[in-house]
Amino acid sequence: MLYKAKIKITLRPSILDVQGKTVMQALGNLEFDTVEAVRIGKYIEMELNEESEPKAKERVEEACKKLLSNPVMEDYAIELEVVERGQNVEN
Amino acid sequence: MSKIKFGIVVFPGSNCDHDTEYVCNNFPESEAVLLWHKDSDLQQCDVVILPGGFSYGDYLRAGAIAKFSPIMNEVIKFANQGYPVLGICNGFQVLLECGLLQGAMMHNRTHRFICKMVHLKTANTQTLFTSEIQAEEILRIPIAHGEGNFEASPETIQHHLEHNNIIFQYCNSQGQVVEEANPNGSIQNIAGLSNDAKNVLGLMPHPERACESVLGSTDGEKIFKSIIKNLIEAKV
Repeated sequence: MLYKAKIKITLRPSILDVQGKTVMQALGNLEFDTVEAVRIGKYIEMELNEESEPKAKERVEEACKKLLSNPVMEDYAIELEVVERGQNVEN
Repeated sequence: MSKIKFGIVVFPGSNCDHDTEYVCNNFPESEAVLLWHKDSDLQQCDVVILPGGFSYGDYLRAGAIAKFSPIMNEVIKFANQGYPVLGICNGFQVLLECGLLQGAMMHNRTHRFICKMVHLKTANTQTLFTSEIQAEEILRIPIAHGEGNFEASPETIQHHLEHNNIIFQYCNSQGQVVEEANPNGSIQNIAGLSNDAKNVLGLMPHPERACESVLGSTDGEKIFKSIIKNLIEAKV
């Protein structure tokens, strides 16, 4: 079964996000006065062929721990969905 | 007596490898070889250096992909056997990513790439990398990085403090470790950090860029000379 994993990597809440802070200031300069917080992270889409959903989840978790995120400063969240064969990634 | 042999790892995107090789070849007591990242032979080196640069284009996070290069398995074994490993700038980031040093590097708090001369205090002169430096001496060595903002949990910082793992700190020209002298936001003004055994050192400043007076400073030599002297003594 082909699964698509949508992975969000965010800086842990305790960590100052300088990039987010800079963007928030820029938004303020553009008169987006109601913006109170901006956090910037990474979004990764990954397709993998696994026999079951728990197995796919397990492999994606492993990839997040080993390479995709750095547990010292980042958290990750995973969403999994089944990809129908012949379906385009964008759909 | 045979020369002290420095092995300098070349990752795709390393750009301080040749500068470091040049410096290590310039001391009468040492020589340098370049170690390709796909090799798994350290060529009987006495010291391994992970040089500065942008290994794998800094994709994902600085150092995150370089840690899986074949040569890194050997470097990790070499370090765990107690042999000296020095990571400079991007090399420091690789050492953190592969777990030889504890902590992580974040983007500088200004979110700018910073390239300038800084002052450094040697907080621990009892290591094989720093024994030729006087405790009260203030070094001038340049930094050049975008991600040098050292981050770690309070427990990890406490651990580093208790084990004297903080080796270099950014300071002002009087040697005071103050916030104004902190270029990137690093906790404790950390510029150089070791493991508990003190055989692995990560350094954000570039000592290889401060080894000739024409470059404005020769303070970087003291780090190379410390390594060479200690290894010669260990061999005798």
